[in-house]
Amino acid sequence: MLNARTPEGPLEEKWRHYRSTAKLVSSANRGKLHVIVVGTGLAGSSLAASLGEMGYRVTCFCFQDTARRAHSVAAQGGVNACKNYKNDGDTIFRMFYDTIKGGDFRSREANVYRLAECSANLIDQAVAQGVPFAREYSGYLSNRSFGGVQVSRTFYARGQTGQQLLLGAYQALMRQVAAGTVMLFPRHEMLDLVVIDGKARGVIVRDMDSGAIERHGGHAVVLATGGFGKIYYLSTLAMGCNGSAIWRAHRRGAFFANPSWTQIHPTCLPQSGDYQSKLTLMSESLRNDGRIWVPKKQADDRAPNDIPELDRDYYLERRYPAFGNLSPRDISSRAAKERIDAGFGIGPLKNAVYLDFSRAIREQGKPKIEEKYGNLFRMYQKITGVDAYREPMRISPAAHFSMGGLWVDYELMTTIPGLYALGEANFADHGANRLGANSLLQACVDGYFIAPSTLPNYLANEIKSGPVAVEHPAFVEGETTVRRQLEHLMGIQGNLPADYFHKMLGLILYDKCGLSRSQAGLKEAIVEIDSLRTQFYADLLIPGGANLNSELEKAGRVADYLELGELMCYDALTRNESCGAHFREEYQTPDGEALRNDQDFAFTSAWEWAGAGREPILHKEPLVFECVTPAVRSYK
Amino acid sequence: MSNSDRDPETGISLVDGPVENPDVPSTPSKEAKLRRVKRWLSGTLSQKNLMALTGLFLCFFLIIHLAGNLQLLLPTEVAQWQFNFYSKLLSENIFIHIISYVLFASIIAHALYALVITINNRRANGKRYEYDHRGASSKWYSRRMGLLGTVILFFLIIHLRDFWYEVQFGHLPVDKDGQEDLYTLVVTVYRNGWYVLIYVLCMIALGYHLLHGFFSAARTIGIYHPRYVNWIRVIGWVYSIGISAGFALVPIYVHFALT
Amino acid sequence: MRIQLKIWRQENRATPGQLANYDLTDVNPDMSFLEMLDTLNERLVRQRERPVEFDHDCREGICGQCGVMINGRAHGPLPNTTTCQLHMRSFKDGDIIYVEPFRATAFPVKCDLKVDRSAFDRIIQAGGFTSASTGGAPEANSMLIGHDVAEAAFDAAACIGCGACVATCKNSSAALFTAAKITHLALLPQGKIESRQRVRRMVRQMDTEGFGHCSNTEACQVECPQQISVLHIARMNWEYNRALF
Repeated sequence: MLNARTPEGPLEEKWRHYRSTAKLVSSANRGKLHVIVVGTGLAGSSLAASLGEMGYRVTCFCFQDTARRAHSVAAQGGVNACKNYKNDGDTIFRMFYDTIKGGDFRSREANVYRLAECSANLIDQAVAQGVPFAREYSGYLSNRSFGGVQVSRTFYARGQTGQQLLLGAYQALMRQVAAGTVMLFPRHEMLDLVVIDGKARGVIVRDMDSGAIERHGGHAVVLATGGFGKIYYLSTLAMGCNGSAIWRAHRRGAFFANPSWTQIHPTCLPQSGDYQSKLTLMSESLRNDGRIWVPKKQADDRAPNDIPELDRDYYLERRYPAFGNLSPRDISSRAAKERIDAGFGIGPLKNAVYLDFSRAIREQGKPKIEEKYGNLFRMYQKITGVDAYREPMRISPAAHFSMGGLWVDYELMTTIPGLYALGEANFADHGANRLGANSLLQACVDGYFIAPSTLPNYLANEIKSGPVAVEHPAFVEGETTVRRQLEHLMGIQGNLPADYFHKMLGLILYDKCGLSRSQAGLKEAIVEIDSLRTQFYADLLIPGGANLNSELEKAGRVADYLELGELMCYDALTRNESCGAHFREEYQTPDGEALRNDQDFAFTSAWEWAGAGREPILHKEPLVFECVTPAVRSYK
Repeated sequence: MSNSDRDPETGISLVDGPVENPDVPSTPSKEAKLRRVKRWLSGTLSQKNLMALTGLFLCFFLIIHLAGNLQLLLPTEVAQWQFNFYSKLLSENIFIHIISYVLFASIIAHALYALVITINNRRANGKRYEYDHRGASSKWYSRRMGLLGTVILFFLIIHLRDFWYEVQFGHLPVDKDGQEDLYTLVVTVYRNGWYVLIYVLCMIALGYHLLHGFFSAARTIGIYHPRYVNWIRVIGWVYSIGISAGFALVPIYVHFALT
Repeated sequence: MRIQLKIWRQENRATPGQLANYDLTDVNPDMSFLEMLDTLNERLVRQRERPVEFDHDCREGICGQCGVMINGRAHGPLPNTTTCQLHMRSFKDGDIIYVEPFRATAFPVKCDLKVDRSAFDRIIQAGGFTSASTGGAPEANSMLIGHDVAEAAFDAAACIGCGACVATCKNSSAALFTAAKITHLALLPQGKIESRQRVRRMVRQMDTEGFGHCSNTEACQVECPQQISVLHIARMNWEYNRALF
């Protein structure tokens, strides 16, 4: 049984208690300690900068051409923090409860409480860095309500909150790079983790511009590499987002928690052809005024504006009268899929539903709607060529956020001592479903506040271990493994590009391990993925050389996805209940709602790599609820 | 800040230097001040500042010059006396003498800096585009300041040869009041149709040069508030059209009215 | 739709490159420009040829990684649009499309359409930050910032660092990029304290990187995907001139 090493004491005292008793490293010793940070999104940049300021030596990697492009940049909505500026009764406990309930009671109480506790401080930090949050005319910070909670606790910078927060962290990182405390390597991809005597001691990275394989040693390794939702191929993620760093750490012994829990976001642009590379996210805020519907008749080919009110099925309002169009993401997405699968989908591929603003425009006037959503309507027109003021938008669900990730304890340390996972790369705080505007929060809090407090507790024991020598046999072995894998991939010289396998894997996962899963489907999927993997290693084609070669990069990532996809299916298969984003068809109420089983499944699944071709090993971390009572999540 | 504060490889200044508070003026040492001025002079923005300041000075001079020229539009007898009187007034004024040195210095500095900047920009550009359609996103004359400036320089040489040189080193006849008869010199030159044509074309070039130059100079010295920016735009248009049309009008009028 | 492509191919930094011709016969007008390149690349891979390397990541116009010259214009024919948000419906059947990397001495070509824009990072390193360390930041509302000031700061801070301003500038000037960060921080009380040394250092770094002078042609503002105003450049000049005294 896994132990999260949560500190003793009442919930609200745990973090303070931890910080008061954790070991420290004196400033004189920090320069002797070397930390490797992989990823420069919110979690990675903020941690690297914070550690640099404290005096540690930091080496930081990202695969983008500059740290500022990490995918945190794309978050639109905002960041939650319980400041209670609106005097609407927000408290740390209420935020904690909202998050844990939104996660369908599948997250660790102490972690979620800490997230809420640190949230207020994050806003202070960001403001000090010059993040231009929206302000009232009085000069005070402005808030909005987001994701169906009852209080206004979301801070935002127009529709680019993620970008502004990331730039704040990036600038802090640049300051440390200039000061010489952080060495930054852009266009470097981590390809293996080096473990010496059971402790994470370094990474093997590839310079994506020159193709050089490099060894980097450190006293601790931090993975802040984001989510792996791109495994579905069509997703809201950036093209380069991948799960390779955490997957390779998993192969080296780090447990992988809840891999199958992927949030499928309800308001994305639908696929329009097989050339499509991504599904752009349209902010969830659109659902505040837009109404979602499909025609009542199957395969109704009339133009949307020609379909009279009587022939429209506002299915969210019908099924969930209390929350209607504002139902949580998992529920809205599932309802859309249900209609599309039943043959009521719209658009040329019959894969979408309408998001209609005609009533809002009628009632509030076009200028008001333009003021609220102008940039989104413009973006919609840019991409689809359709004017959404005249015609309803077409939207469909798309893979968005990985609630799962490397298993971490209270200190964000994985099962490998000295290896940490931060932000979306870990599994910690969102349970089975993430609430809107909590992802930015988690990444920032992990990077600015939590890891800088927990890392010294580990590093304090490393002061005497001296510099890490990259000549150690474990580094040699790591480099050899990486080289051999790259040569292997290059040497296959079959007939099909990596993207082909990626797309096929995406189809399997959307179909059988997506919005709804079944035992039969998952078993089929495991077989299909296995044979796809066999085909991959027989028929992959990578042209070009070993230097700058994006096909080689893609192939390595797809190779990992093909293993990770299988693990997702195993995970979904063993969880015989429906919770949050995980909906098993066998476990639903008579009217089609998720049926959670707290008796048997109140645990986190943490998977251990058993070796290629072997079934993964399941470990369980029981979820103990001392402060909240799991209740049925009803939005009716 | 000394050189040791900079990263030897990138030349980037290291950041943990003292913070200067803009509201509490610090008193840097004399050397530091000098160094700062030196550094300021070599920066791209400073070079643009010099272009702007010399340009704006030349703009001011054009007004004075035009005021003189417009006197040629008066009835012939009045114009001759008035114009010659004005010329005498200026040439005998010590203040104007000093200004004229500044003026030449400005012209030379403006042209030289333009050359330096152009060379630097060429260097910054690197390889050219095979297919270049960047012009679609800006006004042509804003991109052709160098060319327009060269036309103006060419004009200036002819202009100085024909008038300034004659006044300084030639032997001008005197009018009936004993003043040097610059008026007759000018009118004689303007009788030549080709000369007038070239003059007018050059004035068109000048107009475009001023149109962008005036506005650009205002930007360079840092006028950023949207309200002032609009004023600058309006003033710039009025000024540029006024100056170039005013200058062009004189030879046309003289050419057609007096021949 | 049928499209003829003329794409810049260059093996690496050292080798000279040239335009190569490709014919695509099956282009869907709803494809994005990058998806059209994906289609080409898939064909090239299947033909065992080296695919065209180009920068891209988020494909929703915010990461700033994509950016090529399309028919001689940065990010293509539409104003204020990133390459990833340009769609093939902006072209006609039978069009010839020139695709070249962003060019500037400070942006050396790495391979095909990929360029090295690390000069931008170094400009930020020279001073594009507030020296606020983690922890102990004062309560956010203790510093009041007017709505309009916050909005103006956001307008400047919205820069995605794509480099289109440099690519479209006849002088390859990075004035808009540098000015946007200087203005963003100079507008806010948190950033004002360091504004003098920031502007001096950032401008000096901009010069060291080998970018050209700003001629105020305003082309950058037209191509900038975030519509960053050229007035920020004037603001930078103001801050710079003020910092002398």
